[in-house]
Amino acid sequence: MSLDDIKETFFAECADQMSELETGLHEIQSDGPDIDTVNAVFRAVHSIKGGAGAFGYNALVSFAHVFENALDVIRNDLSQVNEDRMDLLLRSVDVLSDVIEAERTSTEPADTSALAKELETVFDLSAHAEEEDDEALADFAPVTIDLEAFDLSDSEDAADIPSGRTFRISFAPHASLYLKGHDPLRFFRELAEMGTLSVTCELDNLPKLNDLTPDESYMKWQVDMETDNDSDDIAAVFDWVDGECDLTIEELGGDSPDGGGVDLDDFLANLGEDPELADIGSEDGGSGEAASAAAPAPAAAAAPDDDGSGSDDGDAGQGASAAKEKKEVKKPSQTIRVESEKVDRLINLMGELVINQAMLAERIGQAGFGNASPAALALVELQNLTREIQSGVMAIRAQPVKPVFMRMSRIIREVCNATGKKAMLELEGEHTEVDTTVIEGLIDPLTHMIRNAVDHGIEDPEARQAKGKPPQGTVKLSAYHSSGRIVIEIKDDGAGINRERVLEKAIEKGIVARDAKLSDDEIDNLIFAPGFSTAETITDVSGRGVGMDVVRQSIQSLGGRVNISSDPGNGSLFSMSLPLTLAVLDGMIVKEAGQTLVLPVSAVLETATLKPGDVYTIGNNNRVVKMRNALIPIIDVGRQLGFAEQRTDFANGTIMVVEGGKNGMGAFIVDSIEGQQQVVIKSLESNYQRVPSIAAATILGNGQIALILDCDHIVSHNSGDPEAEFIQSMAG
Amino acid sequence: MLKKILTVDDSRTMREMLRHTLASAGFEVVTAEDGADGIQKLRESQPDVVITDINMPVMDGFEFIENVRKHEEYNRVPILVLTTESAPEKKQRAQSAGATGWIVKPFDPEKLTRAVNRVMP
Amino acid sequence: MHDENEQTNVGGEEFIAFRVGEQEFCVEITSTREIRGWSQATRLPHSPDYIVGVINLRGTILPIMDLSARLGMGSSTPSERHVIIVVQVRDKTIGLLVDSVSDILDVGPDHLRPVPEVNHEMSTEMFNRVIVMDKRIICEICLESIMPEQEMQAA
Repeated sequence: MSLDDIKETFFAECADQMSELETGLHEIQSDGPDIDTVNAVFRAVHSIKGGAGAFGYNALVSFAHVFENALDVIRNDLSQVNEDRMDLLLRSVDVLSDVIEAERTSTEPADTSALAKELETVFDLSAHAEEEDDEALADFAPVTIDLEAFDLSDSEDAADIPSGRTFRISFAPHASLYLKGHDPLRFFRELAEMGTLSVTCELDNLPKLNDLTPDESYMKWQVDMETDNDSDDIAAVFDWVDGECDLTIEELGGDSPDGGGVDLDDFLANLGEDPELADIGSEDGGSGEAASAAAPAPAAAAAPDDDGSGSDDGDAGQGASAAKEKKEVKKPSQTIRVESEKVDRLINLMGELVINQAMLAERIGQAGFGNASPAALALVELQNLTREIQSGVMAIRAQPVKPVFMRMSRIIREVCNATGKKAMLELEGEHTEVDTTVIEGLIDPLTHMIRNAVDHGIEDPEARQAKGKPPQGTVKLSAYHSSGRIVIEIKDDGAGINRERVLEKAIEKGIVARDAKLSDDEIDNLIFAPGFSTAETITDVSGRGVGMDVVRQSIQSLGGRVNISSDPGNGSLFSMSLPLTLAVLDGMIVKEAGQTLVLPVSAVLETATLKPGDVYTIGNNNRVVKMRNALIPIIDVGRQLGFAEQRTDFANGTIMVVEGGKNGMGAFIVDSIEGQQQVVIKSLESNYQRVPSIAAATILGNGQIALILDCDHIVSHNSGDPEAEFIQSMAG
Repeated sequence: MLKKILTVDDSRTMREMLRHTLASAGFEVVTAEDGADGIQKLRESQPDVVITDINMPVMDGFEFIENVRKHEEYNRVPILVLTTESAPEKKQRAQSAGATGWIVKPFDPEKLTRAVNRVMP
Repeated sequence: MHDENEQTNVGGEEFIAFRVGEQEFCVEITSTREIRGWSQATRLPHSPDYIVGVINLRGTILPIMDLSARLGMGSSTPSERHVIIVVQVRDKTIGLLVDSVSDILDVGPDHLRPVPEVNHEMSTEMFNRVIVMDKRIICEICLESIMPEQEMQAA
């Protein structure tokens, strides 16, 4: 893994952390601060700072540092949260995001000093000034130890080390020193790098074997050292065990070290070789005793090597359960990161599998295997299995809409800043899941609709107060599943649609005739008409060129539909419905006018076989069927699609009652229903263009292409005949 | 056999940086993403030295060290704390929790390797 | 295959030449993806008369354009005798329905001419250049300009 790869990881991680940060602050804003959320938010900025430091992104480090300190204030005292401070923190989030982006693209980050100053002032950070680099650590420069090259046994070398000064070091470790993973041997190792040592071990405290406790510290050492370094350097060797030992460093006057102690060679050579406690108390002379007496310490430290395997499972077990009981730790569900290309490939392969399976089914049917034959039954098994795998695979790509919703949080802040209005984002159902492909397609239309809601919907604070509304407007973004689709709503408590103005503008632009009679609903939905924009001032935000017609088109290209309904004075509601995935569809296969067509199962309310007498004719040429306590207009699919002339036989055939969203219902009349199967959705737009009335295409088991109908469109465009539309509205 | 180091840090970036540096210095590296994961990996891999961050979710660095020192079989393993926080109280806390030593971020590879070698058995 | 009598230059451009009705046309070989036989296309509703329909090209939906109709030479009746030349135009792939493929030509600059203003029946915007070789006049089709236009969405 190269440094560039790690940089990529860093920026990917920054994105995750920013998301955590945004979500966490949002929660704090709406639900009040709780310690876990604040900690998570703090850690997010802390992580970003840490990584930034490693790569030398100084602008990022310095801003993140101030931001982190501000969050630390809250972390230490949750009552430090208030509305203004939250606003400041949210603004800081946006700035942090920008600095990260600048560092990522190697462009000059904007100057953050003003905002940093504001954070320092508001959170009173000068009192919280951090002490940079504790003295001992900053100055400490440990000597490089290369254990391989280290060879004390050569006494000639020892003699060659120039002797400058002589120190007497007395070192008595406390038990706690060992408990912290230290080993006196390592200190001597370091000292030996700095000069010649002569080490004596004092064993006065060492009890008899029976009374010996391995955890206790009984030994003291005296080290006489010749070195060019000074006592500060020597003290630095022990800086990590300050308080864990009794240490004195005394400079001696010129005398050569006392040789009465143990030879360091033997001392080191014998250490660690014989951990058996049985050696303690042997009758050997000083060196043996010292060597083996010193054994418990390294033995304890060496325990992992020597008897780590299989020993003390009981202890470890107890320790573990104790640790577990101590705190009910909320571990987040395990996730793994996968490149989306890998998932996409898997999904495509699943799609091919579905098609191939359909072909196999066809062949088996053609080969004359009956439905109850082993081959056919095996096929059914296969199909069930495939279906399950496919659900599983699709579920991998299904994501909650939350990240997209959270993005809208920043959009609202930006629009508020630009227009001087105040608005808050409320979320509901943000954990509702939908396929990645749909989510990606959502971002732009949602952004425009949210901007629209704040820019045109929400009134400015004074106007709102005059109306008795709270000065801060609310934009509620919600998502839920409904009949196999996902519905996303944007509801604002603004002024609603100004119908007179909209109608006037539409007439001006020639979108509707001056004398046209339109319902309130129809006027509201005029904002989706091409070329429509009522912004009096072209605000930088939403007036410039991107009209709601583009928004509607984007949503339609995802296979969705969008509507607006308005309550003048009180607000507007945008309602979008989208398929859960752009990849597969449960389809009803039908035959009509020699064509094989597919309808989404989720759109079909009911099917029935026509009998003579079911069909009534109203007016000139409009046929309806009485079903579901209503008169539903019959839609001649073949004719509407241009595949056939007007149907003549309305007495026989199959009716499919289809839901057309806001446009009510239609009774599609087709020649026959062939069956139901899961089909892989293939876009027509990738190589061709959008075809009205057609949502997409699929490839059937026999290799033939079948068109998937856009039921909404067909129902709403049944005919331009006002009579028919009247009937339509009755049926709706 | 290579000496083994366990690194415990919730930041992916940091884990990769540590691995990069330590592996280049000739160590075998095992990683964990929080204190609880650290305890698990400690048992599984029996490292020679542990390097841990302080601010982590689930179980932070202090608690991790305390748990290792109190309950674990390998409670004498050298543990270095790697952190950006150089406030003295934090260092005190780490030391009383049982940390063996301390390295301040951002580290340069030399500093890191030296510190590791200081405590490597 | 090359006619031995043709003067060709090394380093010229390569084209695929094909017949539509009585005439020969060509496209740059770099735009061509494959050549295949005819297969039954699925009709598309509300589509221009020069769009025959779509076929399944190894799992992709491929629109088929009746080149004769597109060039204003009258609609073809697609059949097994026809050939489909699959071409890529920008990011879209489509199939051109032609009568037959005649040649692969390597043409040097002396044989490439701009389009003359003679034929008003056919829109000359649809052609890039003309290849003049011996007695053959082969118009190079400008693929970009024959692509179906994005229709205005009905409200």
